[in-house]
Formats: sequence, structure tokens, C-alpha cells
Amino acid sequence: MSRYRDNVEAVRNLVRPAEVHRDVYIDEEVFQLEMEHLYASTWVYVGHDSQIPNPGDYYGTTIGLQPVLMVRHTDMTVHVLYNRCPHKGTRITTETCGNAGKFFRCPYHAWSFKTDGSLLAIPLRKGYENTGFEESHAARGMAPVRHVHNYRGFVFAKLKDVGPGFEEFFGESLSSFDNMVDRSPVGKLEVAGGVLRYMHNCNWKMLVENQTDTCHPMVAHESSAGTAIDVWKKAPPGTKKPMAVEIYAPFVSPYEFFEQMGIRIWPNGHGHTGVHHSIHSDYSAIPGYFDKMIAAYGEERAKQILGENRHNTCYFPNLMIKGPIQLIRLFKPLAANKTLVESWTFRLVDAPDMLLERTLMYNRLINAPTSVVGHDDVEMYERAQEGLHVDANQWVNVQRLYRSEEKPDITAETNGTTEWQMRNQFHAWVKYMTLSMDGQAA
Amino acid sequence: MSLPTDQQLIDFVIREARLLDQHRFDEWLDLFAEDGIYWMPLEWGQTDARLTASLMREDKLLLTIRVERLKGNRTFSQKPKSRCHHVLQTPQVDKRDEAANEYVTWTPMHYVETRYDDQQLYAAWATHTLTVIDGKLKIRLKRVDLVNSEAAFGNIQLFM
Repeated sequence: MSRYRDNVEAVRNLVRPAEVHRDVYIDEEVFQLEMEHLYASTWVYVGHDSQIPNPGDYYGTTIGLQPVLMVRHTDMTVHVLYNRCPHKGTRITTETCGNAGKFFRCPYHAWSFKTDGSLLAIPLRKGYENTGFEESHAARGMAPVRHVHNYRGFVFAKLKDVGPGFEEFFGESLSSFDNMVDRSPVGKLEVAGGVLRYMHNCNWKMLVENQTDTCHPMVAHESSAGTAIDVWKKAPPGTKKPMAVEIYAPFVSPYEFFEQMGIRIWPNGHGHTGVHHSIHSDYSAIPGYFDKMIAAYGEERAKQILGENRHNTCYFPNLMIKGPIQLIRLFKPLAANKTLVESWTFRLVDAPDMLLERTLMYNRLINAPTSVVGHDDVEMYERAQEGLHVDANQWVNVQRLYRSEEKPDITAETNGTTEWQMRNQFHAWVKYMTLSMDGQAA
Repeated sequence: MSLPTDQQLIDFVIREARLLDQHRFDEWLDLFAEDGIYWMPLEWGQTDARLTASLMREDKLLLTIRVERLKGNRTFSQKPKSRCHHVLQTPQVDKRDEAANEYVTWTPMHYVETRYDDQQLYAAWATHTLTVIDGKLKIRLKRVDLVNSEAAFGNIQLFM
């Protein structure tokens, strides 16, 4: 029985001002509708243009569950194409990344396509003469995603025509990208090191909410970060604090630390923790880096860039970035109870290698399938995914520091332990779930 | 022992796996030299550990944190505890450099990790770089190359 399809009211009723119905996490029909509506009406992160530096370079990924290719066209523009042959549906590429040369060629019947997706050639083409082929879907080639935006190297796409344009959708939240890019003395990032892929048996939104959940680290991570501090205390006096301990220790900072660090929310479900300081504020200086930044930007501007230590910036629906350590996490939905987490790392072009070394250490200590911090979190997500099947209470609470006068879709700065950003995400969730449900779909 | 025989190298590698299977983690840690490293590369044939990501790259301090965490009362991801099981091929002695006090073995293996009803099977090659310190063999580097190192894994909570 269909409970939510063609029932906008039922979808709206899943979200109340300060609580959320469990079906947003566990119901397969809701998940399917998320793929059809939410992930098609929002600007979803595809990849970074440094992954495809040369004409013909491509990178295969998904938007929601839709297989796409991000490709560098011959004119150097970045295109996003649906990854299927218009003929029989064959996936054009199966390697995650590569170079297509001047054109893509389907391995099944050798139809070929320019790197903007347009049909180049079909063997024995005269077989299509006088068949009306020109009017077919197939004649259009590999279908492009029409709405693509490259923001300082970060490529986003929107599958449907509905919904706001890129600038309107992200607005001031783009400042977190700016800060990450500006941390390179030449204002340039490159994907580097390799991506860590971590499978989670939970809904993708649990991961997104966790990014601005500042009341869990001192509890859930006591086992990892707390133990790290205990073990470190036994080191002989005078031993230099290792980079790894600098990374682990702040996770178990007291509640006051997280309250004071602040949360900023933006319209359309975006927001970030760490307005004033964050767990990334007190890392040791990397030799030579500050001098390079001063040379590039002048002292005042360099201090301004490096003084911004935003913790986690969430871009609705499923991207989180960490500017101060050049790392992003993409929460790829696979099913209501299955999420693939990709953690990507970046090199600040023209900055000392030690920054990338720290970024990679952070990534493997915190985001790898072997990470003890990861184990702490996954345990909580998976317990929730099971616990939500309790019928006696079907609601998840997001009420912390809620005020009834709270307005949706505004920019605000507030106490770092609020759950306002979670409420902000769910306001956007309803908006983009229902935007194309009223028959206005493109 | 100043110059280990091949059989002593082989016995060492097999005993190391047994200590893990029996959750004798403190004894296992003692097998590492003070500057010993446990490394699980991310890439096939990876050579660089510094500017290329790894699944794990840990010195004795970080390994000690893991071992202590496994004992913790608030280590919720270990309630109930994971268990593991190694099946090793006979380790092959690839290198004996007595002058440099360095011995390298290569061991194909299957590794099983379980928790609750879940059981995961991994296939890997373990490369041990061993050395003799105060008459005892110690691990300078244990490198574990998973056959499918770039795959999307769930939790790997113990040691391969």
C-alpha cells in the first residue's frame, strides 16, 4: 500500500516543528520519494574539477541513485552526463575515472559521443535512414544533466528544472568553500591522497545530523578520544604531543566548549558548527605555511583566513566540508538503511606537504572503516536504525534550544549545542520533497 | 637468539595471529619494536604512506590506544565484543639480511571478523618486517594488503 506517494500532506506531516517521524529514516517509500524529488530538486555535489584536469577526463559517480559522469569537454568546460548509452542502456564507463580521448564509445555497438554527450557516430548509420530516428531519445546522445555549476572547483548538479538557482540555493553558505580554497596561497585545491569509502547500515540523514550534533562527542567518543588522552598522559614528561593526539583529544572537550563555539544556520538547510572556534583551532602551526600565506595575501588577510576555524559545514542535502583541514564527506544514500560515506581529501596547492599529511592522518583516524571514532558513531547510528522500529514512540526529538518564534529559512548565529540546524535541515527536507510533487515537475 | 632460523621467523608470524585470535592484545603489542608500525595501505601496490591515504597507519602509541579502548567499559561498539579468526598460508621468508638485522616474511591469509550475527571475510597478504632486539624477534613493520583494499567496508574493529 502506498502511504506517501501522491500524498503531499502525508509527507508534510512527517516533520513537526521540533520532532520528526521515524518514517523519514526507515520507510523505503519515503526513501524512493527522496530519490525522485529531494535529490532531483536540490544542488547535489558531484565532484571536484581537479579530478578531471584534461579534455576527455571523466569521473563516474551518482546523484541520489542516478549514475552520472562528470567530464571535461574539449572546450575545458565541465559537463555532467547520465552514464548510459541512449541505445540499449549500457553503462558507458565502469572504471571510476579515466580519459575517454576525443569521444566516448559504447563497448556494445560502438555508438560514439562527444564529451558533451552529443551523438557523434553510429556504425552502419544508413540503417536508421527514413526511420524517424532524428525524433528519438537516442538521437540526442548521452543525456546531459542540464543544471551544472562549478564553484571554485566544486561541481554541483541539479537534475530537475524546479528549485532555486545555484547562488540562491547556497547563498552565504558558500563562504565555507571560500575559506577552504583561500587557505591555499594560490587559491587552488586539488583532490589528493585517495578517497576513503565506509559503508553504514543506517539512513543517510543520521550522518548529516551527526555533523552538527555537538552533544554527542564527549559521550560517544569517550571510548576513543578519552582513551587517547589517558594513554598520552602516560608518556614521559616533555614528550612532544603527537599530531594524532592533537586530532583525537578535542573530541572530548566539555559541553561549554561546544556551547561557546556556536552554530550558524543559513536558508535552504545549510549550516555550520564552529562560529567562534572549533576542535580544529588549536593544531600546531605547520612550518613555513604562515609565511607563504602572508606573502600571498598580506598579514591581515592571511590572519583573517586562518583565524576562521569552522568545524563542520553542512550543505543540504548530503555534503559536509571541513575547511581548516581540507576534507569533505559525502553521504551517498543507497537505501533507507544503507549509506556509503566517501571522505575526500585535498591538497592546498603551493602549501607545505605537511598540511596534506595532517589531512590524511585526520581522515584515517576519524573517517576510515578502521577508525575507532567511526566505530563509536556507527554503533549509535545502527542502534537508532533498529530502535526506530519501536511502535510505542514513532518520533525523533530535535527540540534542544527550540523557540516557538523560530523562523524558517533565515541566517542566524546561536548557541553551539542547539538542534536548530537539524530543524533547519528538516524544514528544507519538506520543501524539496514536495516542490515537484504538485504536478509542477520538470 | 641472535640469528633467527627460517622456522623461528615462521613460528613468530603464526604465533602473532594466534595472540590476536585469542584477544591477547597486550602480549600482541609487546611483539612490536618501540618504533614498530602497523600499516594497511589503501591502494594496490602502494609505496607511499605519507601523502597517500591508508586504511591504517599506526605507531605503538596509536595501537596502544586501540588496545586500551577495546577494554573500556564505555566502548559501546564492543558490546558485544568482536571476534576474529586468521587462516594463514605458511609464511614464506622473502629476505634475510643478517648484517642489517632485518628479516621479511610474506603470508597470504584469510581473516574473519564477527560481531552479533554478522561475519565478514577478508583476503589479504601480510608482510612482516622483523628484527631481533635483545635476543627476541620484534615487528618493525606489519603491512596488510587487502585484496580489495579500495572496496567500501563496514567496521573493521580488530587487527588483521
